[in-house]
Amino acid sequence: METILKGTKEVVRIAPDRPTVLIGERINPTGRKRLAAEFVAGNVEIVKDEALAQVAAGADVIDVNVGAAGVDQMALLPRAVEMVQEVVEVPLSIDTPDPAALAAALKVYQGKPLVNSVNGEEKNLSRVLPLVAEHGAAVIGLCMDDEGIPDDPHRRLEIALKIVERAEALGIPREDVLIDCLALTVGADSKAALVTLEAIRLVRAELGVNMTLGASNVSFGLPDREVLNRAFLAMAIWEGVNAPIVNAARVRQTVLAVDVLLGRDEFATRYIKHYRKRQNK
Amino acid sequence: MSDILKQIAEKLYDGEDDAVAELTQRALDEGLTPAEVLNGGLLAGMDRVGVDFRDGELFVPEVLIAARAMHAGMAILRPLLTESDVPSAGKVVIGTVEGDLHDIGKNLVGMMLEGGGFEIVDLGTDVPPDRFIEAIKMEHPNLIGMSALLTTTMPSMKRTIDALMEAGLRDTVRVMVGGAPVTQTFADEIGADGYAPDAASAVELARSLAGQINKSDG
Repeated sequence: METILKGTKEVVRIAPDRPTVLIGERINPTGRKRLAAEFVAGNVEIVKDEALAQVAAGADVIDVNVGAAGVDQMALLPRAVEMVQEVVEVPLSIDTPDPAALAAALKVYQGKPLVNSVNGEEKNLSRVLPLVAEHGAAVIGLCMDDEGIPDDPHRRLEIALKIVERAEALGIPREDVLIDCLALTVGADSKAALVTLEAIRLVRAELGVNMTLGASNVSFGLPDREVLNRAFLAMAIWEGVNAPIVNAARVRQTVLAVDVLLGRDEFATRYIKHYRKRQNK
Repeated sequence: MSDILKQIAEKLYDGEDDAVAELTQRALDEGLTPAEVLNGGLLAGMDRVGVDFRDGELFVPEVLIAARAMHAGMAILRPLLTESDVPSAGKVVIGTVEGDLHDIGKNLVGMMLEGGGFEIVDLGTDVPPDRFIEAIKMEHPNLIGMSALLTTTMPSMKRTIDALMEAGLRDTVRVMVGGAPVTQTFADEIGADGYAPDAASAVELARSLAGQINKSDG
């Protein structure tokens, strides 16, 4: 099962036996008030630096989200996509809950993007998947529906299955669906991470699809978040996540180490290269 | 303050629910009134939890176990408390707005408000404007509190306030908003009455807004 994404020049392959692909999460105004203010003022130029910095930090795919209160996503999202593609060659993940803005961004995109995201709600499936099919994109499927995010890992698997089946019915091959089993914080529920890990295991066993995960949510409300994030990421990758959405600068080293340990980095070439690059700084 | 009340507050702060229940019972047995135990023990402890959480000294799980300890004490006091003993600080309808499933911040605010003497009606997450309106008609709250954790769901706050105006209910309640991406500027823009950056400030804000209402109601 191999998911292929294309940027202006670079091709990214996501597959279980390959090194983990990092989707850079930084172009997202949630939690970044300065970025939100820039977008509200209509300044999208800032995404160029953000994209370049993330690629330099080891991001393989760049997520682009301009959603903030007071932002006209219809106008801003396609512009942001164009600007990022001017400066980086890697594929992008187009991140919006607004199908109209998504359609506009898909029109200007060069290559084969990742659409972030669709979920198990009927309305959402019927609006987003046809756009994904029309543009030959890949898509992230979130394990949630009208009733929220299930506590039961088997229910999350059911939603993943529903999304995959609905995608296939529209001619989107299974390998172009990346499932996100969703991480909730262990700060509020001690079993939250276990539920996510169990769902990841089930999805890998039953559907065999590639998986993403916004992992940093897991540590909300706790001290030393980075320690928890890295430990969780290692476990999630072991269970089957192979394209997590992350702050690349913060987790790259951990992910490279995990890939060595899981036999996905032959002769530890990438790991050593990264080490040497840091030594020479 | 009596020694036993201080102990209740301390055990609550430490999240020891059994100890809080036991001390609450003992305080009553020693002749303290339910209102004295509530204010001097449970609410005093919860106040400290709120302040230290705001200052980054306590973390989410610690607030949750403190709230559990408060509930252990409340379970004993509630049947004994009468309206006249403890006038409610006010009634607050809270919820995370439509399209948003984040509930931790909203739950913390609910617990802190409860700890501050407010009566809470929690509508849960993904609450559309209609459900806020319905709840206002049913519950006649003094305040509503809306939470949004996503930049993309913040506009639901404005839609809810607009819906309140259309329904002719805007003047019957004060509206407070909060959540990571929300700012005072945004709160002003959408016509909310107040914004609180954290759960402890939300209690202060709720008190001041409830005070305004009491005054304007004469």
